[in-house]
Amino acid sequence: MIKKITLFIFILFPLNAWGLIKVDITRGNLDPLPLAVSPLAIDNDSRTKFQKILNKKDIGSEISKIVEKNLKTSGLFNPLDREAFLQKPDIANLKPRFEDWKLIKAQALITGKVNFIDEKLRVEFRLWDILAGREMMALAFTTVPTNWRRVGHIISDKVYERLTGEKGYFDTRIIYVAEEGPKTQRVKKLAVMDQDGFNNKFLTLGNELVLTPRFNKTSQMVTYLSYFRNLPRVYLLDIETGTQEVVGDFPGMTFAPRFSPDGKKIIMSFAKDGNSDIFTMDLESRVVDRITNHPSIDTSPSYSPDGKFISFNSDRSGYQQIYVMESNGKNVKRISFGKGLYGTPVWSPRGDLIAFTKLHKGKFYIGVMRTDGSGERLLTENFYQEAPSWSPNGRVLIFYRETKTDDKGKGFSAKLWSIDLTGYNEREVKTPTDASDPSWSSLLSN
Amino acid sequence: MEFNKILKNALLVIVAFLALSACATKKAGTGQMQGDVYTGTDTVEYLASGVPDRVFFATNESVLTTASRETLRKQAAWLRKNSKINIVLEGHADERGTREYNLALGERRANAAKDYLMTYGVSSDRISVLSYGKERPVDSGSNPLSWSKNRRSVTVKAN
Repeated sequence: MIKKITLFIFILFPLNAWGLIKVDITRGNLDPLPLAVSPLAIDNDSRTKFQKILNKKDIGSEISKIVEKNLKTSGLFNPLDREAFLQKPDIANLKPRFEDWKLIKAQALITGKVNFIDEKLRVEFRLWDILAGREMMALAFTTVPTNWRRVGHIISDKVYERLTGEKGYFDTRIIYVAEEGPKTQRVKKLAVMDQDGFNNKFLTLGNELVLTPRFNKTSQMVTYLSYFRNLPRVYLLDIETGTQEVVGDFPGMTFAPRFSPDGKKIIMSFAKDGNSDIFTMDLESRVVDRITNHPSIDTSPSYSPDGKFISFNSDRSGYQQIYVMESNGKNVKRISFGKGLYGTPVWSPRGDLIAFTKLHKGKFYIGVMRTDGSGERLLTENFYQEAPSWSPNGRVLIFYRETKTDDKGKGFSAKLWSIDLTGYNEREVKTPTDASDPSWSSLLSN
Repeated sequence: MEFNKILKNALLVIVAFLALSACATKKAGTGQMQGDVYTGTDTVEYLASGVPDRVFFATNESVLTTASRETLRKQAAWLRKNSKINIVLEGHADERGTREYNLALGERRANAAKDYLMTYGVSSDRISVLSYGKERPVDSGSNPLSWSKNRRSVTVKAN
């Protein structure tokens, strides 16, 4: 299903340790760093070759557009208008005239070039600190031409990492549920796309209801809920091969699945006789373990990144709240004590925060709290939204939002949205159809 | 016995009072909701003459109301008479909750109906339970009345 990743990275020069630019990502960035993404230079020969293979007029320019869009979407950078650039791409890549770039107020500059070598796409790029007049990094990649979009994402990740000091999240994918049809008869399919909405693929046909797909952080496996033959069960899907299988042999509905951080287990709810408890199944040994045993509803389990703890949603206090326990089910502690109902706790990949959905006075919020429940912060309020999923670097949350219908029940839609951990930079993530239940993959390459 | 009767009457008065006060405070009470439980018949279908197919629930609740129990007793009587019919109890929730919690809630509601049918003599092997969570609303509105119609357990013939 997915093209094999054959990406070789060569470091051209050692990284400079004394770069001056630094982007602070811990606060809402109202003053994004102005930077120039010069179109990647390309020689005529290579241009013609790539035009034939990829049907793109100027692949160098296309790749730099991807970088531009990624950096802009992050909210931390302000890519300047190409029209204002004074220097030609090929010259700039050799040695930028820093005064020219200063003039248009760029603080950083990305240059590079593209070649067609041995049927492969070779891209090199450089990041320059304009104020200091220095090169900050230089890298080259070689890959199959069809991987060109990924090259743009990887360059974005490298620039993001160099300028913020944290890993990027651009060379990633989102698995989600694509929705169509009237609200009372929604047709739902599994779909996967690049983080920027390109390369969308439907993975199921829509013959049966599917919900809540989640990526394994260590591979291209997905776990999700399917109503195949009207039996709601947790399934495992390999999106490379398309193979799928039901997880475990439970005499009732299994739902709310997620992988353990090492990818070896699936944790989920099993409902029987009106009671939902949390179970795990080891994918290799098929051993099933009961984790909770309580007459209340226990669901939406999520592991801490070290695998030692589990957060989950329970109504054992009478209303839905968030609880944390050890991974063997011991020492259950309630952590949410604010006003309202709490659900869908998801542990941040950094381990320090839990993202959640909250319902209070008829409004839905996406928020975060520390793992002991302190420091609750609500990031966004809406008529209906839920199911946050973290970017692999723990800086951005993706979730879905549904609209209120009018008096005649018309006007329903479901869309994906993302927001920074800071509460800034809220934006819609465009999908070909309506969408819900997003899950963010880890970085495809490092 | 006498005391029980008094107690019953007192309860009836209280229930009636609660219903009235609920109507007085909720403007959605066009006679179609009691508290926030749907009492209308717009969406109701019939398994047989006089045997409604569904019961309704309060927000976040799976407790059967007096009216629900009456409906289920009718279903049980009909099922006892038609012993070859098997059923699926489809549990549903409204859209004002997270998808995963609602799947569990739908299952809990359908099982509340199942338990009641069983106490009225319907064998458990004739009943299967299927939760749809909030996936299959009957009413696509975003208002309290629409939501009350969607919080339901529906008895569906399986054969």
